[in-house]
Amino acid sequence: MRLDNLLQLGIKELRGLARDPVLLVLIAYSFTFAVYEGANTLPETLNRAAIAVVDEDHSPISTRIAMAFTAPYFSTPRLISQYEMDRRMDAGLDTFALDIPPDFQSDLLARKAPTIQLNVDATRISQAFNGGGYVEQIVDAEIAEFLARAREARKPQIDLALRVRFNPELKRSWFGAIDHLIMSITMLSIILTGAALIREREPGTIEHLLVMPVTPLEIMVSKVWSMGAVVLVATALSIAFVVKGWLDVTIDGSVALFLLGTALQLFATTSMGIFLATVAGSMPQFGLLLIMILLPLQTLSGSMTPRESMPQFVQDIMLAAPNTHFVMLAQAILFRGAGLEAVWPQLAALAVIGGVFFVIALRRFRAFLA
Amino acid sequence: MSATGTVDASAAAGSVVQLEGVGLSYGKARALDAITLDLPSGCMVGLIGPDGVGKSSLLSLIAGARAIQQGRVNVLGGDMASSRHRRNVCPDIAYMPQGLGRNLYPTLSVFENIDFFGRLFGHGKVERNRRIAGLLRDTGLAPFADRPAANLSGGMKQKLGLCCALIHDPELLILDEPTTGVDPLSRRQFWELIASIRQGRPGMSVIVSTAYMEEAAQFDVLVAMNAGRVLATGTPAELKQQTGADTLDEAFIRLLPDADRGNHTAVVIPPRDDDHDEIAIEADHLTRRFDGFVAVDDVSFRISKGEIFGFLGSNGCGKTTTMKMLTGLLPVSEGTARLFGNTIDARDMSVRRRIGYMSQGFSLYSELTVAQNLDLHARLFELPVEAIAARIEEMVARFDLAGVIDALPDALPLGLRQRLSLAVAMIHAPDILILDEPTSGVDPVARDGFWQILAELSRKDNVTIFVSTHFMNEAERCDRVSLMHAGKVLTSDTPAAIVAARGTTTLEQAFIACLEEAIADTPEPAGQPSIASPLPAETPEPSRKRGATFNPTRMLAYSRREALELRRDPIRATLAILGSVLLLFVLGYGISMDVENLTFAVLDRDDSAISRDYSLQIAGSRYFTEKSPIIDYADLDRRMRAGEIGLAIELPPGFGRDVSRGRHVDIGAWVDGANPTRAETLRSYAQAIHATWLAQKGRELYGEAAIAGSYQLQLRYRYNPDVRSVVAMAPGIIPLLLIMIPAVLAALAVVREKELGSIVNFYVTPVTRLEFLLGTQLPYVVLAFANFLLLVGFALTVFRVPFTGSFPTYAVAALLYVTATTGIGLVISAFMKSQIAALFGTVLITLIPAIQYSGLIDPVSSLQGTGKMIGLVYPTSYFVTISRGTFSKALGFATLHNELLALAVMIPVLVTAGALLLKKQAR
Repeated sequence: MRLDNLLQLGIKELRGLARDPVLLVLIAYSFTFAVYEGANTLPETLNRAAIAVVDEDHSPISTRIAMAFTAPYFSTPRLISQYEMDRRMDAGLDTFALDIPPDFQSDLLARKAPTIQLNVDATRISQAFNGGGYVEQIVDAEIAEFLARAREARKPQIDLALRVRFNPELKRSWFGAIDHLIMSITMLSIILTGAALIREREPGTIEHLLVMPVTPLEIMVSKVWSMGAVVLVATALSIAFVVKGWLDVTIDGSVALFLLGTALQLFATTSMGIFLATVAGSMPQFGLLLIMILLPLQTLSGSMTPRESMPQFVQDIMLAAPNTHFVMLAQAILFRGAGLEAVWPQLAALAVIGGVFFVIALRRFRAFLA
Repeated sequence: MSATGTVDASAAAGSVVQLEGVGLSYGKARALDAITLDLPSGCMVGLIGPDGVGKSSLLSLIAGARAIQQGRVNVLGGDMASSRHRRNVCPDIAYMPQGLGRNLYPTLSVFENIDFFGRLFGHGKVERNRRIAGLLRDTGLAPFADRPAANLSGGMKQKLGLCCALIHDPELLILDEPTTGVDPLSRRQFWELIASIRQGRPGMSVIVSTAYMEEAAQFDVLVAMNAGRVLATGTPAELKQQTGADTLDEAFIRLLPDADRGNHTAVVIPPRDDDHDEIAIEADHLTRRFDGFVAVDDVSFRISKGEIFGFLGSNGCGKTTTMKMLTGLLPVSEGTARLFGNTIDARDMSVRRRIGYMSQGFSLYSELTVAQNLDLHARLFELPVEAIAARIEEMVARFDLAGVIDALPDALPLGLRQRLSLAVAMIHAPDILILDEPTSGVDPVARDGFWQILAELSRKDNVTIFVSTHFMNEAERCDRVSLMHAGKVLTSDTPAAIVAARGTTTLEQAFIACLEEAIADTPEPAGQPSIASPLPAETPEPSRKRGATFNPTRMLAYSRREALELRRDPIRATLAILGSVLLLFVLGYGISMDVENLTFAVLDRDDSAISRDYSLQIAGSRYFTEKSPIIDYADLDRRMRAGEIGLAIELPPGFGRDVSRGRHVDIGAWVDGANPTRAETLRSYAQAIHATWLAQKGRELYGEAAIAGSYQLQLRYRYNPDVRSVVAMAPGIIPLLLIMIPAVLAALAVVREKELGSIVNFYVTPVTRLEFLLGTQLPYVVLAFANFLLLVGFALTVFRVPFTGSFPTYAVAALLYVTATTGIGLVISAFMKSQIAALFGTVLITLIPAIQYSGLIDPVSSLQGTGKMIGLVYPTSYFVTISRGTFSKALGFATLHNELLALAVMIPVLVTAGALLLKKQAR
């Protein structure tokens, strides 16, 4: 392996990329607007949830409860009859239906512990869980306030002083931005290296390279380093200007450590790009393969939903994917400010996976050239 | 037109094609300009001229495959601008576009290809089989009826193309460079075949374009073209006479305007001195096998230093493989290859430094400029850095590249690009040049210029040149030539000696004689036409349907072909069948909102019965998993940073005592906020558990009275009582997958045809737009429906989602839905030109509305503005309601008929839109 060859061939790849406007636009978009969009369009779990109230009591307290559901969490409650409730829920028009029974207020004051029924359409899972909790809290607060004027309750004086660490205001945009950044890193590194190989393969220039004094290893390494470097630089810029600057996300940990992890991740994903390009005959086939590979990588790596809630065997299989470790590492460093002593297992895992992928891709690449 | 008079006698009177002031532009480039021609019927008309002068454009206009921009095109007595006339005459025209087998389907077998065309022209099964058998027999393709078209040699592909063109007895046969890239024997067989067909059908007119002047000499009338204009027309004899030239090649060069001719002079290669006995290249019993197939079989030759050695043979005969072995690109299976006496080792880099190699298709980086290309190669060959600039300058001067030094190769004409390729191959001053078909597609003037450079390199610089070519006049310029066929060298000598040994007059005839001899020896004939028997006498076609009426046979022809192709494309087929199941699996598990196994740990600084009770309360919840206790704050911090624990609880010293005495106590709790959704859940669970514990303690400490007087909230989770994510997700994901994948596949099906060129069959055959679209759509509807069944089965068995409603209602809805979604793919395909754009475009266009506006996340009822509008017209909205209704809410036809109706209405709208947007001609 001659370093000068790696340099020359890598520069050639960069020049090739510089003349491909489509890919340049894709890179620029993925590391700026896609990250920004990802930060801002991540839906709040509860957004204008459709709620209906069946008020059979028509008392001051039941009216208070019905009025308490407001935007942005809830759409203005629709007052319906009990008869309408089932039909509307079947048609999927309402996610929540709160049924306040007759004589609720008088029973409440008479300490008869009346029951309010809350119907939840549990097929809308994203709203069902947290929404149910919100409804409960709102009803609770209204009734407590109502009762507080009536009498004084005696309860133990034990408070739960709950504090949220790392993202005290629970800003979703922080999470969404990093999530999309990780997605862009994976997607772009695979696309760029794959395209670099296919671009060369289609007009037959790759065999021409081989009559020159360069080895397949040099060709592959030059593609890996050049395309990896492009993504790494884009990542660094994106963190500095989009994530920290534009989106104003507080990053606790060391960005340099995160970039080291990114470099290892890129080692694995660029190798994957080479491998896929040798399997696919053409750009369209490469695109189809990409869809089938990227989606599982993205959704099962723990970046969108926590790994703990996946079945054990899925968690085990996904340990072989670089993304899983990269997501753990990224969240630990960027959100929780973890240092090398906390993330070294992930770094080691990425290095091993990257090494294995590289060797497999190289073997495949050699066979492909022969 | 000067030729008409002479030709009229030989054929029926009248003209088959009349062109008047025809012009055509591609963007800014002018392809044709003011063409006025009158081509006589019943004879063989040749369009001659190099690549890129407008021959193909002109032929596609005549065939009706391309829309007319300017002027009038009359074919077979009618105006081709009228779609009605095109429809009427297209069964009488056969068009074979340029490129080997470009309108064929590579994965289909020979028989299936012809059969497809037979179906398009509405032949019945018996008639079709009779015709196919006849055509296969006459073209000698019968033994290969089951071979996929992709595995045929160039000559055989062209014969197959001819079979497909002739299946419907055309009156006008249009062939665009049918013999480019085909070996001499196949070429001759091809023309003999055409001659015998013409004999059988004397009225048929043939229009051919060609770059081979030898072939053109046999035609009745020639039209010489250059730069989008007609230079001259006439019989070959007339053209030669007009210019006073001996050969057509020369005649053509003389017809060119002065500017294009440049300073063309005939190529003169001085004879070699005989005192070269140093052997530069030596092949000794070279053999190369690929998976049981012998590509190069026992090839031996010696090339001495400074010699120009020509290599001839058809495509796929082993020329390129031999060259690759000599360059060390491919390891040899048997035998040895030596350069200057040293055995070549594929891993030996030093060998590569002595060779300059120019592969087929010009090995240049189109993204680098001329100067950058030269510089890169100089560096890779490790020229001393200080010498590079001088060397580049030298090459630029020698190959006359100064004017284009900063241009990109793609912007250069073919002749110049090929000079640049040679300059790149020569940058490191190699002793040996290996050139693989360097001049194919290049015009005669540029080709002569190229050979002039080769002659200089050989004679002055003593460079050994090993060159392969299809052109006989180039072969004649070589010092020695070898003819290869099926991996073997048939003959190897000086051109003159070969001609003499065979007793023929030209080199071409000598080669054909060699090839015929070789083929006679092989057990499996490579296809000999039985010229003796022309096509069977034609029975008049009884009921050939004309016009645009919808014909199910033609539609099904497309369906059948699409299904066959899909079955043979592993990557597309996998995506179609397994892709959706894989994605259901991934999304079903990936987008899980279930909150389980939340990790927590306790820093218990009290360690009393009450504090332990508090920890147990949390550990007892099914949502939490307890980790080992926290030792101190540093431990807490470290473990939270590493993501090991999601919730940390600190019970202060004296907790138990203070609680018992009713003093105010604060329990510390920290939640990991990295993932806000999970943090919110953690927080609310922690609060709920705390509240429950308080209530319990309150009862223990203060009695029932403390909590009485409040109310109860009864939570009813309807339709999914266990609140399992997957029960909610699966019925929502199925509609998503059934729009994305079917739409992508349907869009790709049409765009693939556009990109690969077989769309031309749609342009020039009687198939209507509706037949084409529905025919292409049908297999994907079937596939998508099968996919639907698979997905439902998967949801029921693997995810154990209960199905409570009416399955027939769900199935009918799914059928309507996938018909609509494949229809969306077809509509999108009208706007897309490349497959990759179609792929990502369709994914984007379908996914965003399907996820955001179709009630998958937020119900359509809570959307606003544009989102709501999209949601109301998008099919996914309705299918999501049906899917959830039948899966979870026990609904059936009675409650869902409005949604079904909405889906049914969308189908005719989408199909009509697709048909209106699809163009029946190229633009």
